[in-house]
Amino acid sequence: MMKVGLEHYLVVSGLLFCLGVLGVILRRNLLVLYMSLELMLNAANLALVAFSRFNDHLNGQVMVFFIITVAAAEVAVGLALIVALYRKRQSAHVEDLASLKL
Amino acid sequence: MSPADFAFYLLAGLTLLCGFLVVANPFSRSPVTSAMFLVLTIICLAGLFVLLHAFFLAAVQILVYAGAVMVLFLFVIMLLDLKEEDRRKFNRFGVGAGLASVAGLAGVLVLSVLKGRAAPGGINPSLEGSTSALGRVLFTEFVLPFEVVSLVLLVAMVGVILLSKKDLQ
Repeated sequence: MMKVGLEHYLVVSGLLFCLGVLGVILRRNLLVLYMSLELMLNAANLALVAFSRFNDHLNGQVMVFFIITVAAAEVAVGLALIVALYRKRQSAHVEDLASLKL
Repeated sequence: MSPADFAFYLLAGLTLLCGFLVVANPFSRSPVTSAMFLVLTIICLAGLFVLLHAFFLAAVQILVYAGAVMVLFLFVIMLLDLKEEDRRKFNRFGVGAGLASVAGLAGVLVLSVLKGRAAPGGINPSLEGSTSALGRVLFTEFVLPFEVVSLVLLVAMVGVILLSKKDLQ
């Protein structure tokens, strides 16, 4: 096995991103869908930190810091939306949420 | 193989395994198991951040993701009282097409990484992502985005309070 370099981290990040896409495509539960989104965000974070380290530049880490903050805000708003939807429809299953009007 | 390389392969394998168990756990389809494996994935990713000398981000990853975000997820799962996801009949064509497109995406990503040129930092990176250096960059060069992000958090907070009021008018 060769010494671990940028390519290794990028491959892990790419595969993790694909797992997230797979979750969004295959799963039908809104909450699990949301967790898959988090997985994709984390894959992007890993790629950015690896780029930052191997390019000797700190900006990638600053970007990851902002991504984590925005992701936290996004999760809070998204989960509030899911709870509001569940109150109206009594379901967290995407196939039951097919119409726009409440 | 140096200990750091060994740690990388161990953590990378664990990350991908736990990530797979988040989206397609063969034993359980309950959202709680998915959430628990997501916590494990995030902890393994924090380990990878430590290997990349991003110590502050590793700590933030554990605190914000494994701490705050996942508690929020579990709280909502508890609030909604979700039962085991019933096995509805899958659209076979949809599942096949989804798997094929994801496999294609993985192939493109991995191949483009393997065919690409090596990073200028080379095989011996020298960046030490110390917390003080990161803080200095954050409060000089990126001070405006930093303040804007605090506004984003405020807006999210107000929005969530509005959304979760009993009567949405």
